[in-house]
This record gives sequence, structure tokens and C-alpha cells, in this order.
Amino acid sequence: MSNLINIEIDGITMAVVPGSRLIDVADEQGVTIPRFCYHSKLSLAASCRMCLVEIERAPKPMPACSTTVTEGMKVYTRSPKVIASQRSVMEFLLINHPLDCPVCDQGGECELQEIAVGYGRDGSAYGEVKRQVVNPDLGALIATDMNRCIHCTRCVRFGDEIAGMMELGAPGRGEHMHISTFIQGSVESELSGNVIDLCPVGALTSKPYRYRARPWELQSATTISLHDSLGTRIVVDSRRGEMMRVVATEMNDPESECWISDRDRFSSLALSSEDRLVQPMIKVDGQWQSVDWDRALTFAAEGLQKVINNYGSDALAALAGLTQVNEEYYLLQKLLRSLGSNNLDHRLYQVDCNDDATAPLYNGFGQSPRDLERSDLFLVIGADLRREIPLLAQRLRSAARHGATVMSLNCGGTPERRVTHPAAALEINLSPQALVDELLAIAAALHPSTTAKTLTKQLAAVTVNERQQQIATALKNANHATLLLGAGAQSHSQLSLIRQLCHVIAAATGAVVSFATIGGNAAGAALAGVLPHRKAGGERLERSGLDWQQMLAAPLKGVVLLGLEPELDSVDAASLMRLLKASEFNLLLTPFASPAMYDYGDVLLPIATWFESAGSTMNGYGEWHQISPALPLYGAARPAWKILRVLGNLLNLSGFSQMSIEDCRRELQAASAVTPAAVRSGCDGEMSAAYDAPSAVLPAAGELQRIAALPLYQSDMLVRRSAVLQQGAIAAEAQQVAIAPSDAEALNLVVGRAVELSQGSVTAQLPWQLSRNLAAGTIYLPTGVAALAQFDHGNIAVRGV
Amino acid sequence: MRLLKSLALKELLVGMGLTGRYFFKRKFTVQYPEERAPISPRFRGLHAQRRYPNGEERCIACKLCEVVCPAMAITIESEQRADGSRRTTRYDIDLAKCIFCGFCEEACPVDAIVETRIYEYHAESRGELLMTKERLLAVGDKHEAQIAADREIEARYR
Repeated sequence: MSNLINIEIDGITMAVVPGSRLIDVADEQGVTIPRFCYHSKLSLAASCRMCLVEIERAPKPMPACSTTVTEGMKVYTRSPKVIASQRSVMEFLLINHPLDCPVCDQGGECELQEIAVGYGRDGSAYGEVKRQVVNPDLGALIATDMNRCIHCTRCVRFGDEIAGMMELGAPGRGEHMHISTFIQGSVESELSGNVIDLCPVGALTSKPYRYRARPWELQSATTISLHDSLGTRIVVDSRRGEMMRVVATEMNDPESECWISDRDRFSSLALSSEDRLVQPMIKVDGQWQSVDWDRALTFAAEGLQKVINNYGSDALAALAGLTQVNEEYYLLQKLLRSLGSNNLDHRLYQVDCNDDATAPLYNGFGQSPRDLERSDLFLVIGADLRREIPLLAQRLRSAARHGATVMSLNCGGTPERRVTHPAAALEINLSPQALVDELLAIAAALHPSTTAKTLTKQLAAVTVNERQQQIATALKNANHATLLLGAGAQSHSQLSLIRQLCHVIAAATGAVVSFATIGGNAAGAALAGVLPHRKAGGERLERSGLDWQQMLAAPLKGVVLLGLEPELDSVDAASLMRLLKASEFNLLLTPFASPAMYDYGDVLLPIATWFESAGSTMNGYGEWHQISPALPLYGAARPAWKILRVLGNLLNLSGFSQMSIEDCRRELQAASAVTPAAVRSGCDGEMSAAYDAPSAVLPAAGELQRIAALPLYQSDMLVRRSAVLQQGAIAAEAQQVAIAPSDAEALNLVVGRAVELSQGSVTAQLPWQLSRNLAAGTIYLPTGVAALAQFDHGNIAVRGV
Repeated sequence: MRLLKSLALKELLVGMGLTGRYFFKRKFTVQYPEERAPISPRFRGLHAQRRYPNGEERCIACKLCEVVCPAMAITIESEQRADGSRRTTRYDIDLAKCIFCGFCEEACPVDAIVETRIYEYHAESRGELLMTKERLLAVGDKHEAQIAADREIEARYR
């Protein structure tokens, strides 16, 4: 390699890449240089002066973080001059530091402590009064002790550069400089918890973890977060088997770039919530009883057998949540299929399942999330990314900061959205129908060749306006364009048409179609065969069962629910509840028992959450991750795979003799001849079969079309029960409906008063807010919220109160 | 000659002479329990937890004693008290494990956990050898004057 230059650090010669930072080079070579403000994922501040090194022929010590290497540079990191300056800097930093290490939560993992021991002196020339700073209240997640702050500004730079919202700042100068919010109020970024990890001292610490444990007591276990489909690695710290906190992995993790979202960080607080099911329960003659496992499993097996005997196996169905591991999904579908039923589904947020025959196995990422930043153009379609997958939004922001263009076709969203920061090059709000029309026009502008007859007709009828032409041209001219489809597209009533159009556009422009998959392990559920039309491994079935939309209309008599809270975990929870109430026998395998479950359930079997289970998961890109239990089992809960296996045995089914979860995994892997790449390419290029997509039911006068977004902190059972997450503004925005200003005016709605929503026989009065991120004619009515779960995904009549 | 010596019982007389010397020497046996041996202010006996003069417990749940304890005899759980201060909810010393090395006392930044001069304690079951926070504080409350005086003497060496 000829483009390397030679430098010398502490007498050791090394060849390094020109232009690299001295501190990075030293780190790579194993030379330790102390630092506080420097962080490799953030911009330079060079304000702490702790990384001063001596460079030959330089008159003064230089900060290693802001010095780039040059040919022949000779650096000394432990010369008398350097040691003297390190001691002086340390003494300066400690002038105003309270030295309250015994009560500080950072004590034991504090960079200031470590570097003070390693590079400081034991005394100080300063004996005067220390500075006192008022602690700002940053909400329920972050505790502040600002006397400890050493003004490294990592938290400020994080907000500006990574979280996309500069909520923390450093007003004042000199001794009056302090870190606080500009406007009094809590920090509301969905990535805010990362400042806890970033803060080198104990100024910003975790509020729920406050004073509970010491770092040296903790046992760390790495697992995968199943709140979203990125498969972010998290570290779960526990003490004596009790969950203490969740932190991000080390700096060099390519999956997460050392950031995790607040949802990943604070959801685990719900593990010991009051709702946690600790004992198997059965309903006998309308009365709930806590029983032992033998009795519960026998009761469950008898119940299932009775349904089959009385109504046949077609009356049996299973629905699964999105946070289980692959092996559990595999055994669930094996149980149902061995019982003779193909009525399986996990896609409770997907309304349109019409293109099952041609669609890919699941809605997955078209490229690895790590490669997302290579794209130079993003067309975001129906995605409220910051409220869906916060870390994906962060990747997009990072790409935008490096010059990528972001265009966003919004289809409903919360009042606070801002996909990127600064704003996207183009951002328009569209109603669900207008979104389809927009995509049709963009496709038409590209003059694609398609053999799908209906589509050809539709494309020919479209007139293309200037904006649509511009988007089409931009897509065509981009080197790596990405069509990123969010929940707004996946829950769209014409998903099949949108998918078809995106693939037509992709074929004409070379863009990549990428779905921001809803749910943590939806990909795993699809691969394991929790689908009516595919068996484990993804192979299509000749005779497919009922998908969940068809189940709503079918006379089902027995339903198995795995890790699902159906009254909230669906885009059409109301219809799902009617189905469950009409069913005779509902078997619930669930970590939590909500009050509603006691109403429609017949057996409640406590299962381990993914914090407590072993298994494998598959992210939206089709990559497998294996997890091992980070915490011991809670109460009498058992891993779901063991329960399903015993059920299989009790029902005298063959093939349920797995001794370990590895046995289940091997079976699934043997069935999965389909590679992840093949899984994704199922729909690339042109659709193989044309079909008529269902046309949308347009709202009548006085009605608004429902945008059933999935709010960030209502996304699964665990998040919903995390008390600290429910206190913030992000959780609050989901508790009310949102209406576009033009509709509010047309309907004479008064800000601050409630609105009356009605749909069929359901009527409710709810608070509402204005949202400029909504198209006219739509209403933001999130799923996952108990007060709103009675509405289905149809149109809603709105009246001022 | 040897016969003469053995007939004169010389060894016996020498031995008895030693016995006789000690018989008339000053006695140093302490007549416990009527009498007590003197105890150093550094004596490491039964543990106690101290309070500040205003009645507030000293312990701030820093857990340094727990981590320094070579016998792992200390178990602490902590939380944020309603007034925002860092306090223990559980502070147990298992006297059956404790080796009375005094490391806990040395590690304590606020002189909360101390070892007193008390060495007369007993238990009829293992459970009674578990000193809970309440029992430790009770010992501290009872002997605070002596504890404070001992710390005062030792202060100059610390």
C-alpha cells in the first residue's frame, strides 16, 4: 500500500492512512490517550484538552483528536511535558466537580474517575467554593446532576447530529456555561436515552435505574431487541437475576452504531409489571383458577381436541404476535398444521393480503440497514420513520447529512414528525387514495413496460404533473435510489397495488424497494410458516388456509394466540375481538394478562419474553441472530416452545420430541431451503400475475378516512407496560386523535374541545389535536390505544362537541 | 554419677522449682466475666450502623463495603428515597460469614458501618446471626458515644 505515511508514536514507527485523526491512529495501535469530549461518532469539539500530546517541532502540546497525521510526525504521549499538561487539565476539570462518587450512579464506570486515577494528581490548588448549577428536569428518562458536568458537550452534539433535534444546549460562557434545554421542558427525542451512555461523568444518568445498583454488581448479557425489525443488539444488565437496565453495545457494533432507541432501552422495565402472568390459569365454568402446569396443559389440549371433534380442524386458527423467536413460531405452525388447520397468520397490521400468491415471503428491507447510507436518494412512502423504527430514521438522517436527498410521500402522521433534520427536499401529505395516485403517476412518468393488463390500463389513464415528473426524473438519475415503505404503506388497503407500483418503478429506475418491516420478528414468523399460504421455510401450499382478514368472517371455534394482545395488537382490533368473543375456546400463550384477556380467554399460559428465552430471530433483511436468555424465567413462566411441544405430545401428534431449542432450530433450518435473498426477490421486477387490487372505500361527507398508525410507545405488550415510556410526550401524542387544519375548519372543530367520532354503532368522545402532517380528509387514529381500539380501519364520522 | 543424680530427684526438683516460682508470681489471668481485658479503640467486634446527630442514617448505599468484603457477608439493596437521597432498602451482614477484617469500615466514605468493641453476642440459630439494617442501627444508637469516642482517637491516623 503506497498511499500510507509513516509516523512515530512513543518511538514506535507505524504506517497510517493520511488524513486520519491522531487519536484514532493511536487507538488502533493500542496507545491510550485519555479523552472526554472526543467521540468517534460525533463531530469534534476539542474542548476538554485531555488528549494533549507532544509533537516534535510543535511549540505547544496539541490535542490528538483534532490533529491529523502528517508524514514523519513524531508524537510523544507520555513525555514529561504531556504528563504535566494532563495533570493540569485534570486538576482544572475537577475544580468544579463535586467528587460525590459514593452517591453517583456513574461511580465504577465513570471516565472521569478512571482518567483521574490514571492521569491526575491527588491534590488540588483550588480550595474555594465550587460552582452550583440548577438541575434541569429532562423528563422521566434522564436524571440530571449538573454540578458533575465537565462541559464536554457530547450530549449537545448528539442531539444536533444524531437525534436530529437539538434539545440540549450549552448556554452561557465560562463559569456560567451549563447544559440544559433551551426552553424549559423534557427531552422528547426518541433516541434521548443515548446521552446516558454518552455522558462521560454522572451528569446525565438513567432515571429508572437511579440508585438501584452499582456497575460492578451487574451481570451483562447481549441480546437482540425485538421492538423493531432492525435487530439491534442490546446489553441487558441484571443483578441476582433481576433486570436493572439496558444499555447499548460497544462502539464498534455495525448493527447499532452504539445507539439504541429509548424503546429498546426502557421497555424492559415492564418485565415485572403488575400484569405479568406468573401462574397458568384456566377458566372452568366461568371462574378463573390458578393451576399447575400439568392441569393447565391437559385442559388446553382437551379444549383444542374438543373444538376439532365438534367442528373439525378448519374451525381452529392461530394468530401470533411479532416478538417471539423463530423456533416458537415454527412449533406453533407445526402444531396447527399437524392438527389439520392452515389458518395461521401474524400480519395483523396488513389489511390487504390479496397478493399472497405473488408477494414475497414478507415485507423486508431490500438492502442491509447498514448499507442504507450508501443510497443517494430516498423516496419515503407512507412512513413516519421516527415513530416506527427510530434507528432507521437515524440512518436516513445520517445519509441526508452526507448529501443524500430525501423525498417523503407522507400518508398520515403524528403532529411531530420531521423524518429528517434538516427537512426533506420534498415532503407532501397524501391521503391513502392520493398516495396510490401519486405512485401511479410517478410510474407512468417512467413509461415502464409491464405485462399486467389492469396496471397498463391504469397507467395509461394517468396524467402526470410536474412534481411527479420531477420525482421520476430524480429516481432515474440517482445512482442508488431507495423506495422506503413504512407502516402507512403496509397497512394500506391497497398494499398489493402499492407494492406492484413500487416494483414497476424500481425496475424502470434501478431503485431498491425496502419495507420498514412492522414488528420485531415478523420476518421470522413468515419464514417459520405462520402464514396461511406458506409452510415453514417459505414453500407455498397448494391449499392455503384463511388469512386473518378471512378469519374475521369465518365461524372459528378455537383460537390459539401466541404472544399477542389482540385487543390492541392489530389494525382492526375491534373485529378481532368480535371473532374471539364468538369463538368457544381461546388458548392464550402470553407473558402478560390484560383485563380483557380474562374476558375472552379460556386458558392463560405464562410464557417467557425474549429477554428470558433462547432462540433465533430474523431481522427485516433476513439475517439470523441467535439469542440466549439475558434473565432467568419469571414466576412459573416457561419458554413458549416447551409449552407448544408438550401440547403436541398431549394431542398425540408426531414430530414433537424436540429435546432442546436447537432441535427446533435445526428442523426449521432444514425446512428453510429458501435463502434470504430469494425470499426478498419474490416480487422484484414485474409482478408475475396481474390482478385487480381492491378499490378504496372513499369517505362520505362528514367522514374522514382513518390513518391507523402504530404509535412508537404502543407497539407491543412490553412497551405499553413500561411506565416511564408512557409518561413522555411521545406516548401522549398517541392518546388523542389528530385532524388536518382544513378539515378542522370545515367541520367547525374547536381547539381544546373534544370531538365525537362515530363508526357504525360505536361512538366516542375524544380529545383531538391539529396536525399539519395529515392530508385533508384523513384522521390520525392510532392503533394500540385502548380508548381507540373499538374503531375498525374504515372511515369515521367526525362531529365537533 | 548418673545414679546419684537420679536418686536425688534433681529433674523433679528443677521442675517443681519452676512451678513454685510461678506460684508466687503476680497473676495475669483475667477473671472474666468479673474482670475485662483492656480493648483497643481499633477493636473489630460486632458491626453497627451510625446516624448523624440529627437522626439521619449515615449510609448512602455506595456499596463499597459490599464489594470490598472478602467473605461476601454483606448484601445491600438500594433505591431513591422519596426525598431524592440515595438510601439502602436492605443492608444485611451475615455474621456467620464475616471474618471481622474491618475492610467494610475502612472502605466506608461516611463512617456509617463501623465495628464496635462488642464481642459478647450469641445466637441460638443461624438466622439470628444475620444483622439486618434495623439491628445494625439499633447497635449504633446504643453505643454511639463509645463509637464516636473511638473514631475521635483514631481520626489522626486515618
